[in-house]
Amino acid sequence: MRVALFVTCVNDAVFPSTGVATVRLLERLGVEVDFPAAQTCCGQPQFNTGYREETGPLVRRTVRAFEGYEHVVVPSGSCAAMVRHHYPSFGAEAAALGPRVHELTEFLVDVLGVTDVGAYFPHKVTYHPSCHGLRMLGLGERPRRLLEAVKGLELVELPGAEECCGFGGTFAVKNPDVSAAMGADKITNALSTGAGVLCGADNSCLLHLGGMLRRRQDPLRTLHLAEILASTEEEPWR
Amino acid sequence: MSDKKVRASALDEGRRSGDGRAFVGMPSFPEAAHEAVGDTTLRANLRHATHTIRDKRARAVAELDDWAALREAGKRIKDETLRHLDTHLLRLEAGVTDAGGTVHWAADAAEANRIVADLVRATGETEVVKVKSMATQEIGLNEHLEAEGIAAYETDLAELIVQLGEDRPSHILVPAIHRNRGEIRDIFAEKMGSWGRAAPEGLSDTPAELAEAARLHLREKFLRAKVGISGANFMVAETGTLVVVESEGNGRMCLTLPETLISVVGIEKVVPTWRDLEVFLQTLPRSSTAERMNPYTSMWTGTADEDGPRAFHLVLLDNGRTDALADEVGRQALRCIRCSACLNVCPVYERAGGHAYGSVYPGPIGAILTPQLRGTTSEIDASLPYASSLCGACYEVCPVAIDIPEVLVHLRERVAEEGGKGHRLEKAAIKAASWVLDHPNVLAAGERVASATRKVHPKRLPGPGARQWSDHRDLPELPAEPFRDWWRKNRT
Repeated sequence: MRVALFVTCVNDAVFPSTGVATVRLLERLGVEVDFPAAQTCCGQPQFNTGYREETGPLVRRTVRAFEGYEHVVVPSGSCAAMVRHHYPSFGAEAAALGPRVHELTEFLVDVLGVTDVGAYFPHKVTYHPSCHGLRMLGLGERPRRLLEAVKGLELVELPGAEECCGFGGTFAVKNPDVSAAMGADKITNALSTGAGVLCGADNSCLLHLGGMLRRRQDPLRTLHLAEILASTEEEPWR
Repeated sequence: MSDKKVRASALDEGRRSGDGRAFVGMPSFPEAAHEAVGDTTLRANLRHATHTIRDKRARAVAELDDWAALREAGKRIKDETLRHLDTHLLRLEAGVTDAGGTVHWAADAAEANRIVADLVRATGETEVVKVKSMATQEIGLNEHLEAEGIAAYETDLAELIVQLGEDRPSHILVPAIHRNRGEIRDIFAEKMGSWGRAAPEGLSDTPAELAEAARLHLREKFLRAKVGISGANFMVAETGTLVVVESEGNGRMCLTLPETLISVVGIEKVVPTWRDLEVFLQTLPRSSTAERMNPYTSMWTGTADEDGPRAFHLVLLDNGRTDALADEVGRQALRCIRCSACLNVCPVYERAGGHAYGSVYPGPIGAILTPQLRGTTSEIDASLPYASSLCGACYEVCPVAIDIPEVLVHLRERVAEEGGKGHRLEKAAIKAASWVLDHPNVLAAGERVASATRKVHPKRLPGPGARQWSDHRDLPELPAEPFRDWWRKNRT
């Protein structure tokens, strides 16, 4: 099977390791991965901040970049939700991309039909289900089922898991105090689990939480789900 | 300014304006929230209260296996009714009139206040008792009556706490949610005496003693009052019947004891038939108080001989509702049945508190309702559509399926278009970013420069946006190269 990787702008510029991990994981599962270089950003930050007109060119660019691919895999619930839920309001061509875009865990569980991807990650991990994946895509138990099948991994339940971490795109800078208060509560809950790794499937949330963790120098690191799933006994991740 | 001062100054301003613009001069949402976030007592009160109600609601809703169908039915009934609102309102007017009531139409807050004040004055009374009502708070009725020499007494327990404390409500269902028992005891002990019967000596903060103090204080008002003022949760067009849903029974006292009853109700509260009402009498209690059935549901149709008020007036209030109705995306906010489930699950409301929203409608529903009813010209109103991380928890629990995140984004478009404070600069920045993102080669060049200079990047940055980010969080350490370069080197 051949798929296009929609790496997302945040991963391209700030978290390329998540893109590398996604490629390594998919190739290990026998999937041929393409990276159409014309892709940039899905337009969600512009759209959600109220700049619909400025979003249009990015929607058209994204649609063109993935023309001809039956499956587009994106390691971000938020960007997948943007394409599936908001692209239809930009016309029929944009709407047609929606069903072809799969958030990474959807692709693994629904399209490939796997939950045990042969990963090995001997750490105590807690999982934060980001809001757009949780509520807009309805990812449900997919991420947990994938994590539970990872050899050596101890998954601990995150209290208040379904509460927003406070990132919210431009919300983080437009309402910095409330955003930080939400992030601090999320971190308190994550620390209470005793986990060493706070895992998520959206790096934008982890950018916010990771930035707070580094500032506070807490003994917890953030890691994208793809990087845990990419890790094997032969080739451990970090 | 401390949170209490913010509240107090907004209140003073409200008293001066007295025409429903009760929150003129409120600071923007982020500014007001800044104080609330730092108030640890407030945060603890709100966290405890919202989490308790949210968990109870989840259990009450989970009991019904047809919840999804009820939610869909509620949404459709409201949408259908709003589509033919004029027809249903005229039918309602006919029903009320036939049953001996009088219907008044008020285009805005000033007109509604004038009508009510004239009606009270015509009775010769200078005191009224009030049923908890959002609509009368929206128009600033109490302040208007006070300026006309008429004392309005709130009789809902929480509204009484708010009124005695010279405070503002901070929640739709639990207006004094920001107060704990100790604070309520102090307010009762200090203030009851100057409004009527004083609190008993040595009042403690146990719920039973506080409730008894309120009961004695209010009983005096109920027995003396000749005029009652209410809102309504629903109006049934086919018979001209009004419905008030409450938990204490104090509302029923106000609705039945006075000689004259005046109800101020938003025009979107009409439902066509009793069959339609049935749906909401299932979804409203479970969504708001997490009860299976509402404790005190009062219904009345005009006036009746030998029972209840001798005169009944219904003031139908527009006050921005037809403007909201004209907006194809925004109009869904008019489905709201004021259950407050969205407030109780909102992570922003939980941290910022209700006062930061600068309106009697706080929380997610307030963030989409207030800017539609009042417009987006003031600083607070223009900031409300951004008071959300778009996490979607509100939409998930809404019993009439209002897609609050969708309306928030829609209203952000409106604010950005109007280009108010800060938005012109933001638009320029967004345009520039979109241009770069539409030119992958320029983007890649920028990414390479950022990565190449990463060793000298500071952890904090000045300037709009960057400072708000780095006040609370470190900036990320950038990678040695962007993903697209890794791909080019390793896979092509």
